[in-house]
Amino acid sequence: MTVLSLGIVRGLAAQIVGTALGMGLVVLVRVLMGLHAWEAEPATVVGAMLGTIFFMIGVGSMNDWFRWARGEATPIHHGPPEGRPSWTRYFGVDYSHKVIGIQYGVTAILLLLTGGALASIFRVELAEAGRQFLDPAVFNTMIGMHGWGMIISILLGIAAFANYLIPLLIGASDMAFPRLNSWAFWLNVPAALVFLTSMFVGGWDTGWTAYPPLSARAPLGMQLYFVAVFFFGISSIVGALNLIATILLLRAPGMSLFRMPIFAWGVLATSIIALTATQLIALSFIMVMMQRLLGMGFFDPAQGGNPILFQHLFWFYSHPAVYIFVLPGLGVISEILPVFCRKPLFGYKWVALSSIAIALAGFLVWAHHMFTSGMASFLRVPFMFSTLLVAVPTGVKFFSWVATIWGGKLTFPTPMLFVLGALSVFLIGGLSGPPNGIVTTDLFLHDTYWIVGHFHATMFGGFVFPFFAAMYYWFPKLTGRMYNERLGQLHFWLMTPAFWIQSLGQMRVGLLGMRRRIVDYDPALGIEGGQLAVTIAGLVIGLSVLIMLVNLVYSARRGRVAERNPWNSRSPEWQIPSPVPEVNYPDGLQVIGEPYDYGLPDSRYVNLQVAAAGE
Amino acid sequence: MKHFVIASVLVIVVTVLIILGLGSIDLVPNLASAEGEYVDLMFRAQLYVISFIFALIIVFILYSVVVFRRKPGDTSDGPHIRGNTTLEITWTVIPLIVVMGFGVWGALHLSEITAQEPNELVVEVTGFQFGWRFEYPDYGVNSSELYLPRDRKVLFRLTSTDVIHSFWIPEFRIKQDAVPGLWTELRVTPTQPGDYRVRCAELCGYAHSAMYAPVVVVEPDEFQAWLEGQEVGTPTPPEDLTPVERGAQLAEQQGCLSCHSIDGSTQVGPTWLGLYGSERPLEDGSTVVADEEYLRTAILDPGSQVVQGFPNIMPPAYTFLSDEELAALVAYLESLSD
Ligand code: HEC
Ligand SMILES: [Cu+2]
Ligand SMILES: [Cu+2]
Repeated sequence: MTVLSLGIVRGLAAQIVGTALGMGLVVLVRVLMGLHAWEAEPATVVGAMLGTIFFMIGVGSMNDWFRWARGEATPIHHGPPEGRPSWTRYFGVDYSHKVIGIQYGVTAILLLLTGGALASIFRVELAEAGRQFLDPAVFNTMIGMHGWGMIISILLGIAAFANYLIPLLIGASDMAFPRLNSWAFWLNVPAALVFLTSMFVGGWDTGWTAYPPLSARAPLGMQLYFVAVFFFGISSIVGALNLIATILLLRAPGMSLFRMPIFAWGVLATSIIALTATQLIALSFIMVMMQRLLGMGFFDPAQGGNPILFQHLFWFYSHPAVYIFVLPGLGVISEILPVFCRKPLFGYKWVALSSIAIALAGFLVWAHHMFTSGMASFLRVPFMFSTLLVAVPTGVKFFSWVATIWGGKLTFPTPMLFVLGALSVFLIGGLSGPPNGIVTTDLFLHDTYWIVGHFHATMFGGFVFPFFAAMYYWFPKLTGRMYNERLGQLHFWLMTPAFWIQSLGQMRVGLLGMRRRIVDYDPALGIEGGQLAVTIAGLVIGLSVLIMLVNLVYSARRGRVAERNPWNSRSPEWQIPSPVPEVNYPDGLQVIGEPYDYGLPDSRYVNLQVAAAGE
Repeated sequence: MKHFVIASVLVIVVTVLIILGLGSIDLVPNLASAEGEYVDLMFRAQLYVISFIFALIIVFILYSVVVFRRKPGDTSDGPHIRGNTTLEITWTVIPLIVVMGFGVWGALHLSEITAQEPNELVVEVTGFQFGWRFEYPDYGVNSSELYLPRDRKVLFRLTSTDVIHSFWIPEFRIKQDAVPGLWTELRVTPTQPGDYRVRCAELCGYAHSAMYAPVVVVEPDEFQAWLEGQEVGTPTPPEDLTPVERGAQLAEQQGCLSCHSIDGSTQVGPTWLGLYGSERPLEDGSTVVADEEYLRTAILDPGSQVVQGFPNIMPPAYTFLSDEELAALVAYLESLSD
């Protein structure tokens, strides 16, 4: 076996070649046009784009399509590659949804660590008033890298769980379009490299929102950021398409939409948004890119452009994106709660439809980020009302969760703890939302640390906590081993109080006048205690996440061997051996009951013809 | 039912405790504008509702965690309750009414906050990287300090020369972006005499964190006196000025004075009073004498010699100054050491 047989190595080599070719192309065109040969911006942009395309070819993600074009047969190969160790399948193109799920998950964790490391660094800078060690330009780049690094880590984390779990939960053998699935994953790898490179070619000092005119004059790194987001976006759109098709078409016999595991509803709602809104952020960024490259003054007032137009396009995606991030996580909460409460999910249909309601309402609220922007003043009122509407389906979820818990028979292993932690944190995030949605209070709160506290709480409560719960919960299914319960509890008891302190601390300093995105603050505000507390809490959160990773890596090799269904769940994936065999349900699967009928004697959700043969 | 009653009582107790707790600390900076009263009133009302909902959810969850644990050895499931449509409708409709009520209330407040008045004081605010300039078009006055009379509604007309900034004085509560190529509006009625600061609230580049401007709210007669003390009428054309006068004008126009003082007080940057000819301790531990050469370098390449105890945030953007302008600035700086 040679290194070149690993898809990722071939992909990287091809990316380098492609980047060089792209740059060379620009030089050539410029020379032919009689311009001076080297101009960094166009060369970098074309290089990054071509490099990404070359990676996709080099890694082999398009081989089957080329074969189709030539009219050759392309049977799908199941299992590890022949003649090579089985771990190599994770480093190249593999069509199994379980492999792709793991690939997504590991990439997501790497980005999470990058984003977290950046945050730890600048939080230390912010612990005290006065400038400590960060140059403002570096700081400004770091906050943007942290922001988008975390966003993409969330998108990939969702894709990880959606890919791994959705076929299992709905009783399918794989995703609807396995080749497209692998292609969508691999696109993230060159895009992530372009994204990380942006930090080293001048950075970009705009924050992840990249508002022009600032982004139109930011350093070269800005363009690489745009290129990276563009490719991340394509991946997200294609992945969403695949998930929608899978959920709508590949469900097991008997599984009506209202008998799906509830996580599938969350993923469906998220995918509807990702499929239809992502184009807008790509568009807005491409327009700034063109303004910089070709002088098209879309957002340049001197050329008749309008900077506020950008904000409309940008937020048309970036508000719904919030729901992309949280709906699957809320699905995880609804999925796990009944198992550890031993009670049916209260109001299944209401919970399911509230996800769709949030997704649809999410399209109508984007301008609540622009109450101070200078758009027509009267527009603020309708957007205030639409924003407040979102509170209603979110409330339905909360009340239904509480009703699920009430009167149950609760146990508290780590996944349940993280679900409860998620509830408490999402509660802070949710409740701190309406003050930003109501115009008058938002005119005060906008662009302060209150907002920072608010959205970190929604992201942690809606994504991070639920997905940590999911990692612990499905860990035995993935690996066939149990995680270490003690370390899991330690992780929880470090992270939850620390997060509360961080979140409430951020809101507190924000109310006292701390602005967002500043490298240094005015000690006269009297917020130094709060700032220090936020920094310490943030570092504790980072430490606790490291503990989780140690736990999971160690347990995957040394953990106690898990029984088939350690949580005594009704869900189909727990009725088959762990780790999941190459073919999910060799004997098919039939839905014969409701998913969450805990407490109903002699009822079952699914019938696997050979179920429990091994027990 | 017994559990439900106990938990409900606890919800009320916890709500009251949270509200009392929040009431006992200063949550927001002192209020100094009439419009801010609407904001504070609304925020307080929101906090009450938030406290209640928070207590409602948290108490019911924590109560369950304590009371509804599975007993050791018990392997049975909980009661088989799938849902309750009446309840679901209740907790859809009540929140809907509450948030819509807040929406209507917020809209009414918004129209109060944006209402016009006949006798408004117009101030044109220009944001730039990294400072603010204020013009009083009705009086022909131009200043880097924002002087405002108490109890008179001010109409701020905002714009920017470069990127988007946001005009915010926390004590006044409300903010508004300053957008290049556009005039945006904000109305504020200051109510408390005192010193405040404009703090740019929209990330605008390198020295965004230091983009301040001083704000002084005074009694109306003092305001009148201040206006009269300011140069009135059209400024003298540059060629009729002495270099020192020209330098003073540039320092004002280029926003140097939003970071440097000329009276010995320390702002974001070191004061210019007595700077020329003094010994400057630098960040790298060395000291230099502030001669003409030093001043030029300090302006054109601020990062090369950073003064000890100060952040390296002076914009490195002043290379566009002409030789004549640079000389004028240096002459002005020298004049401050006589
Ligand atoms: C955003 C705030 C800011 C603005 C605007 C600004 N400066 Fe500075 N300036 C600083 C800071 C902070 C320092 C100290 C750190 C350093 O030396 O770079 C400084 C240092 C200096 C020094 C050296 C002072 C000493 O004590 O040795 C001079 C001279 C100077 N600035 C001139 C100017 C002039 C002239 C302008 C306008 C054309 C200007 N500055 C605009 C922040 C600013
Ligand atoms: Cu939003
Ligand atoms: Cu600014």
